[in-house]
Amino acid sequence: MAELAAVIASTHHPFYYRASTATGADRPPFADEWVAKIERFRETLTAAEPDVLVMVGSDHFHQLWLDNMPQFLVGKAPFFDANWHNEEREFGLPRMTLRGEEDLAAHILRDGLDRDFDLAFSNELRIDHSITCPIITLRPEADLPIVPVYTNIFAPPMPQPKRFVQLGRALREMVESWESDKRVAIIGTGHLSLELGGPRQFGEHGPDPEFDRKAVEWIASGDIEGCLAEVTLESLHHPGNATHGFMDFMLMMGAAGEGQKADHVDTLDLFHTMEAYFTWYPNGVPSRGAAEVRS
Amino acid sequence: MSKYLLDKFLFTVDRDPELTERYREDPAGTVEWWEREMAGTLLNAIAAEKTTWLAFDDEERRALREHDHVALFQMGAHPFLTLTLFIAVFERDHGPLEYQKAYGKAMEHVTMPYPDITT
Repeated sequence: MAELAAVIASTHHPFYYRASTATGADRPPFADEWVAKIERFRETLTAAEPDVLVMVGSDHFHQLWLDNMPQFLVGKAPFFDANWHNEEREFGLPRMTLRGEEDLAAHILRDGLDRDFDLAFSNELRIDHSITCPIITLRPEADLPIVPVYTNIFAPPMPQPKRFVQLGRALREMVESWESDKRVAIIGTGHLSLELGGPRQFGEHGPDPEFDRKAVEWIASGDIEGCLAEVTLESLHHPGNATHGFMDFMLMMGAAGEGQKADHVDTLDLFHTMEAYFTWYPNGVPSRGAAEVRS
Repeated sequence: MSKYLLDKFLFTVDRDPELTERYREDPAGTVEWWEREMAGTLLNAIAAEKTTWLAFDDEERRALREHDHVALFQMGAHPFLTLTLFIAVFERDHGPLEYQKAYGKAMEHVTMPYPDITT
């Protein structure tokens, strides 16, 4: 059976690529600290020596749209082209091509349906920055095959938060039941408090630092029950109108497991949002890079 | 009112660089053309397979013609779509984050609960 080498959750800030590659007067003052944190975070994946990446992200109305909106969708294709015109325009993101892992995608679809998740699938999926940003931060070589899993955190009505946790648990079990000798990392990206297109957008900090503090604590300590006791579809409007992306963090908490403390926790208080990075090693911290991981 | 059609306009114009420029240069003409020619087009079908019933109301049409993002927000247009398109249209005329912050400030009188964006 496949081995779950790491579970990784992070934000997916599309400005990272431009900030980290900028030079001279164009380089923002926070870039060096941001890059240093990302490089430590990257080592947590490198140390796990993965062969395959299951990547959970939220489509931003790129390929998924209101005329036919899935709640959870698995990409099953040999290749995925990535990033869209409006992401190049706004964030300077590069075009990319990533290989798919169709056998694992097929397994997740079959097993997921049998577990009562009505998963949609796509044989032709152009992926966007919720999945390419963690490639850029965690695996810039972009050399590993992926299984993209898209969630709807954008278009009401959405699934309840507990459903995201349940899918995370199931994804872990499905990865671990895959008949393969491969090492698999599950990587998912979400948001803490975030406002887009509303009056609280682009402030000096995230719109709700108190929510962010609690959210980081829930994730870092694996406190799924505590999180579910406070977070509802209705309550997520209060920390910022785009905060439903936090449900992708909840999905990753499900993959990591109740009460599982993260082996790597880091944050960066960036303008308009709090960046956050978490890594769990279900089978123990790998020896390579252990000192960094525990920092 | 058709929040879906508002979102469909924002979605289709944001993803097409020619349409984005056309909407920047001639918003009223673009909205008129789009509603006449594009509103009924099913996005994954040939032109002949049209929807026949979609139309803006007067206030929606006015808000789009006038680049009025505050009104669009208050009508429940999806704020991500409005934000990304209007950044494309206006950010070039401003310093770093200047437009985005002004955009937020123009809506500071809007309080919770925000309009429902359900289509």
